[in-house]
Amino acid sequence: MYKVQTIILKEWSEVFKNRLVFFSVAFLPLLFIALPVITTLATGDIGAGGPEFEEEFPAADVLCQNLEAAVCVEVYFLNLYGFMFMILPVAIPVTIAAYSIVGEKTTRSLEPLLATPITTTELLAGKALAAIIPAIAATWISFGIFVIAMYFLVSNTAFQYLLDPLWILAIFVVGPLLTLLAVTIAIMISSRVSDPRVAEQISMLIILPIVLGVVGQSVGLLLIDRQFVLLVALVVLIIDVALVYVGIQAFERETILTRWK
Amino acid sequence: MIKTINLSKNFNGTTAVDRLTLEINSGEVFGFLGPNGAGKTTTVRMLTSLIAPSAGTAEVAGFRVGEADQQIRRHVGILTEAPGLYERLSAERNLQIYARLYEVPEVDGQVERYLRLLGLWERRKDAAGTFSKGMKQKLSIARALLHEPRVLFLDEPTAGLDPEAAKLVRDFVAELRKQGRTIFLCTHNLDEAERLCDRIAVFNQKLLSVDTPSGLRRQIYGRQIVFHLADSPEPYVSAIASLNYVKKVEAIDNKLLLSLDDPERYNPDLIRQLVSAGANIQFVGELRHSLEDIYLQLVGHV
Ligand SMILES: Nc1ncnc2c1ncn2[C@@H]1O[C@H](COP(=O)(O)OP(=O)(O)OP(=O)(O)O)[C@@H](O)[C@H]1O
Ligand SMILES: [Mg+2]
Repeated sequence: MYKVQTIILKEWSEVFKNRLVFFSVAFLPLLFIALPVITTLATGDIGAGGPEFEEEFPAADVLCQNLEAAVCVEVYFLNLYGFMFMILPVAIPVTIAAYSIVGEKTTRSLEPLLATPITTTELLAGKALAAIIPAIAATWISFGIFVIAMYFLVSNTAFQYLLDPLWILAIFVVGPLLTLLAVTIAIMISSRVSDPRVAEQISMLIILPIVLGVVGQSVGLLLIDRQFVLLVALVVLIIDVALVYVGIQAFERETILTRWK
Repeated sequence: MIKTINLSKNFNGTTAVDRLTLEINSGEVFGFLGPNGAGKTTTVRMLTSLIAPSAGTAEVAGFRVGEADQQIRRHVGILTEAPGLYERLSAERNLQIYARLYEVPEVDGQVERYLRLLGLWERRKDAAGTFSKGMKQKLSIARALLHEPRVLFLDEPTAGLDPEAAKLVRDFVAELRKQGRTIFLCTHNLDEAERLCDRIAVFNQKLLSVDTPSGLRRQIYGRQIVFHLADSPEPYVSAIASLNYVKKVEAIDNKLLLSLDDPERYNPDLIRQLVSAGANIQFVGELRHSLEDIYLQLVGHV
């Protein structure tokens, strides 16, 4: 654990010295908090919708059930903005992992590192945790701030909706599982390319299903409810276990040294 | 301290190291000489448990490669071909990270010790990326020594350094040698090998020769003695050639070049013979071939 911790701290002091990484890690959470707050303040209502709202957004029907129209609009937008936070568990670790792996390759520091008595599992765990911890922390903290802000900005009935187990499940379970998925994929891709931006962009493709889900819900194609989130959690968990297993099996010193070039 | 038997490495079809058999004693500075692409780095990587041999066995510091790899990593230090420092981090931080990874008990003390020893203490807070090539090399050497390894692998420690920085590094290696550490030194620099190493291996995929620097000379050229005469040596050639301890005689200008095995024993007699035959001897000396000649001979005839 001591060596894993050494690697984590090393990654942080290196990677956060990179302005690009620091900016992207800090910027996205701020944006996701600012967006709903600013829209609400600017319009006086979180979803400045009118009476035509329900015709435009078919999903609102299922979502609102028997809520009155104004509250329904609020719930609809809380749902949309809330799910945007699911982008953070993917976007943040991908950036960190891409720069930390590719950085190690460009400085050619892997060889002396692998010559030390660190196990490859410790090394991978250190690298992965260095990306996972800030991502989860940023997601939880920013979502917390979002919840607090919404407490003051939306009606009480709509706010109750944010306390639904669905969100707990999404943020506290699916979020970390997605982070692990993103990190594993980012490490695998970064070890095969020489430009961190390429690694970042390829790995970011994991965001696509999330964005599709959010879009799908807003056009009424699917409903993100508890069952759906639970199903996603299960699927991501299975993929995670498989990828981590394959990853640890595949990474031995020689492959890291000769392939991470 | 290091022992290999038929150690080999293939990279998908091409042979980088072919049946290398070596034995390096404790406290020895062993030079590993070879042209670019000879397989020096590959050999070092196998001996430091970074890559697995394709065939053969090796034992380092009493541990078998492939069986006790973690033990080997704990007991050897390596200066890799590229310094591979964390350029954004300070010199001190670079060493602290490695001291922890090498399980050094007293991290700060050991880091300070080596920063001072290599003259980097004043610059310890500066990012390694701001260092000159020579300073980076010194920092990497410090990094390789933090855990006080018994065996040290240096892969071209003076490559790309100016003469002054190279000398500093070389002096430091000489210092390490005095401490009784076993050093495996890969180099292209023959002069360096000659000055630092107890024994030298000339290697190009295969082991071509191993000996002390003077042994290598003798192996290739025998020992050669030159007599500078005041006049032409021609009249004495046949008489000298008939002496049974002289292996070969050549006359070049007014020099007489002899090959013989034990000049300390036979030179006095040779001088007597030449003088009584009427030769006017101006100088007597041993002809020393540069290690470069020997190296080129060995490597060129593969
Ligand atoms: N990971 C690898 N995959 C394929 N071939 C390799 C690999 N590493 C080394 N080689 C090949 O093995 C041979 C020996 O390389 P090596 O780096 O050991 O030589 P070297 O003696 O250290 O050379 P130099 O003096 O240039 O450092 C070369 O032909 C090289 O191309
Ligand atoms: Mg090399």
